[in-house]
Amino acid sequence: MQTILYATLILGGLGLLFGLLLTLANKVFHVPSNPKRDAIRNCLPGANCGGCGFAGCDALADAIVEEKAPLSACPVGGADVANQIAEIMGVEALPDQVRNVATVVCQGTLDRCKNKFVYHGIQDCVAASLVNDGNRSCKYACLGLGTCVKACKFGAITIDEHSKIAKVDPDKCQSCGACVKACPKGVLSLQPETVPVRLLCRAAEEGFLVSDNCKIGCIGCELCASACKFGAITIVNHLPVIDMNKCVGCMMCAETCPNGSLWGDFDNRKIAEIDRDLCIGCTICKKTCKFEAISGELKQIHEVNEACTGCGECAKKCPKKAITLSVRKHVRDANAKVGTTIVDAAVPKN
Amino acid sequence: MIDIMKIVIGGVLVNNFIMSKFLGICPFLGVSKKSGTAFGMGMAVTFVMTIASFFTWLIEHYILIPLGLNAFMQTIAFILVIASLVQIVELVLKKLSRSLYQALGVYLPLITTNCAVLGVALLNSTEGYTLVQSVVNGFGSAIGFTLAIVLFAFIRERLATSNMPKWMEGFPGALIAAGLMSLAFQGFSGLI
Repeated sequence: MQTILYATLILGGLGLLFGLLLTLANKVFHVPSNPKRDAIRNCLPGANCGGCGFAGCDALADAIVEEKAPLSACPVGGADVANQIAEIMGVEALPDQVRNVATVVCQGTLDRCKNKFVYHGIQDCVAASLVNDGNRSCKYACLGLGTCVKACKFGAITIDEHSKIAKVDPDKCQSCGACVKACPKGVLSLQPETVPVRLLCRAAEEGFLVSDNCKIGCIGCELCASACKFGAITIVNHLPVIDMNKCVGCMMCAETCPNGSLWGDFDNRKIAEIDRDLCIGCTICKKTCKFEAISGELKQIHEVNEACTGCGECAKKCPKKAITLSVRKHVRDANAKVGTTIVDAAVPKN
Repeated sequence: MIDIMKIVIGGVLVNNFIMSKFLGICPFLGVSKKSGTAFGMGMAVTFVMTIASFFTWLIEHYILIPLGLNAFMQTIAFILVIASLVQIVELVLKKLSRSLYQALGVYLPLITTNCAVLGVALLNSTEGYTLVQSVVNGFGSAIGFTLAIVLFAFIRERLATSNMPKWMEGFPGALIAAGLMSLAFQGFSGLI
């Protein structure tokens, strides 16, 4: 009994002693480290997973303080952690990072784009694309045999039974780019998740060739380029190229597109609203508007009509900050007359 | 003095920890791909084994033996001592010698519970060494460990670039090399 007691006491005593010594050593020999570094370390998840490429969270905190790693280096913490770190480092909070998703740049479903022959070979896009550029009449079309489905580790891509074209679930997509590499046709590409307009055709051919093959292909008619009042669209290789730095999101190009190959996010189209209490009738917005959507005399409250495209140029110019943009409830009416109010032009949304 | 010499030579060559006692094989295989890191590991082991020998001797002779606990308390008490000791030493080094702390780096905490470190403490006890002899044995054995791991790292560096059969590449070749090295070290037996 005595032995057990001694053993327990000695071991417990030793443990306590060393514990105290360690605490003491930690206090006495405390090395003051960069407070920023400690703050960053506290923000990081602390799982030491090494996903950032450094040997754990401590090493990453060191690297961030020494500016050897980007503020958003932690893939686990994501935007939240990056913003916290940006705050500690005294940098402006990072702009919301644009999330990319894999996008199928083809709308050539079977009813729009015919098969030019019946393919009986290996059910794989790479194999099929070797046979006369694939079995779809358009050589830029999605073959729909599911090579991208196999490449996707997150189950984000499906092939629709009837249309035979790949479809990406943006919620499941992790923007890893595996499908982009796997697709032999280059149909998939990583694009920002939310954009006002997006070209969904890759047919870099003369218009008559495209219209022979596909009902929804871009024929390079250049109507979108002339519809764009901000000079954001240029035609390269019979296809419009949209300069996203110039694009203000008025969606006039998508509205003008005769066959729907230029997709517009009409569900989230904006409309300007003038705050009647703030408007002083300076007419600046009226002069700025490129779509004749604002009316009103000098020193009178101005009105927005249904011709508004939601480009937001007026809101930028308004000296009183009286203009706000909100999601519109009705389809834009290009022929809206001066004086028609927003509610009256009640064309239901399609 | 002759005793001390015998212990050093015994620790480095004849009773080499890796090559004849087969202790500390884990870092021997794990950290021997580059001679630089192998040397760092060797230095960290030397450091820890020397001070561990010193403190475990004190614990054993002033606490465990007087209370008659050394028969069954050795292992657990030694592990406790060594682990705490290394942590304290790490804190002290961080404050007093930044360069040494960075040189030993990640290896210092890694070897806290290495079997070679515990092994030297237990062997000191079974051999009945005095305090000085214990410390010299710890130091000599650790130098032997360093010698073996650095030599092995040189061999592996050569093996990595040599033209070997596919099935021998990597660990198979390294293990055979380790076996041959061990055989060579057996040649020292009988030296003392």
